[in-house]
Amino acid sequence: MVLKILLGVLLTAVIIFGLGLPMSPHPQAWYELPVIPGLGEKARIIFFHVPTAWLSVVAFLTSMVYAIAYLRKRDLSYDIRSSAAAGLGFMFCILATLTGAVWAKFNWGSYWNWDPRETSIFVLLLIYGAYFSLRSAVETEEKRAALSSAYAIIAAVTVPFFIFIMPRIMTGLHPGAKGDPEGAGPVVEFKMSPNMRIIFFSSLVAFTLLFYWMFTLRVRTAQVEAHNHQRG
Amino acid sequence: MKAASPPFRSFLRSAGSVFLKDWRSELRTRYAVSALLMFVVTTIAIILFSLGSEGASPDALSGMLWVVVFFAAMSGLSRTFVMEEERGTTLTLQLLASPGAVFFGKLLFNLVLVTGLNAVTVLLYGAVIEGFVIRTMSIFVVTVILGSMGFAAAATVIAAIIARANTKGTLYPVLSFPIVLPLLLSVIEATKKASDGAFFAEAAGEFQLLISYIVVVVVASSMLFEFIWKD
Repeated sequence: MVLKILLGVLLTAVIIFGLGLPMSPHPQAWYELPVIPGLGEKARIIFFHVPTAWLSVVAFLTSMVYAIAYLRKRDLSYDIRSSAAAGLGFMFCILATLTGAVWAKFNWGSYWNWDPRETSIFVLLLIYGAYFSLRSAVETEEKRAALSSAYAIIAAVTVPFFIFIMPRIMTGLHPGAKGDPEGAGPVVEFKMSPNMRIIFFSSLVAFTLLFYWMFTLRVRTAQVEAHNHQRG
Repeated sequence: MKAASPPFRSFLRSAGSVFLKDWRSELRTRYAVSALLMFVVTTIAIILFSLGSEGASPDALSGMLWVVVFFAAMSGLSRTFVMEEERGTTLTLQLLASPGAVFFGKLLFNLVLVTGLNAVTVLLYGAVIEGFVIRTMSIFVVTVILGSMGFAAAATVIAAIIARANTKGTLYPVLSFPIVLPLLLSVIEATKKASDGAFFAEAAGEFQLLISYIVVVVVASSMLFEFIWKD
């Protein structure tokens, strides 16, 4: 209950302050956000786009951890958790792709241009898609759990290679990428004023809490479904 | 050295016999070889027809080579495992050999198959497609060898998953693509360098990536194979 109230307060605050606070080139008062060169008002999407992208990765890792747990313990409740996390991750991945594409249209002039970040989110989408098509192809529960767990782990193992490959193939347009004239590195560190950072991190916390809540809900419904299914 | 200890030797022997079993059954039917050869010929013919009299840039052509290789591999490499399910010999194999021996036997078979396939593909592609010129042969040869090893590594474990899932062909490229994409991107990049005439050392980054990819995928899949293979 406390969690839900906290979540409600945080998300409302993030929406109000993130969208409502004025932006000025030389912020004076505490409530004025600085203008990031080259981003302007479009920078506000960072409070919503980055948390969704962050969650699609967190969900993927959660899914992988439960996949390992399933293979070790052979307990189907871990598989329920693994697939629940993957389902939410898929949703957040789609949201991150869409918010990113909308932002790219207004900042770079086209919805999609195979920037390294766009490519990696696309690969993540493909992995989620493949994971669920594999799950839908297997009838037996234990078999489905074992095969999809194995696939999730194999996929997770190859994903880090993109971090090394992408910079070789193309320079990025994404803020904080290697080609950024403002400098490379996480945007949070060098472009955000303290008040922006507070909104950003509250948004990150709020979205993570939201994920946790949705995750427990999904796990509980899936467990009830599995229970009903067993009783016929 | 522990390498000569009896358990390891018996492991090698059973992995070797799994390989030999597949090898002999392939020699008997020649299914994979003939079907794959025709597949490669067909795909290259389609590329030739679609290009018509217009040439494509060398970069585009070096990318297209790996499109042929990817789909040829996807149509043939699942066979070793799917065949066991079709013939109903999975159970026998589970009883007779350890999962590790089965995995490495099949991996070796796929490696031989895909290396031979790639050699033929590359020769045919180079002979038929005009604009495709390789200026640094050493980069290209290493790329094809490492690329074949990577394809065999990734394709074998996905083939095992596919065969157990009873879905045969359709899902195979879907599941494989995200896994082989890092490999595909680096071999395409290395091939472009080879056709641009770069020095061997300039492709060192790609080779390091390919080697670490192969090691990581083989280690991960040999650990996971037991869970896929045994019910």
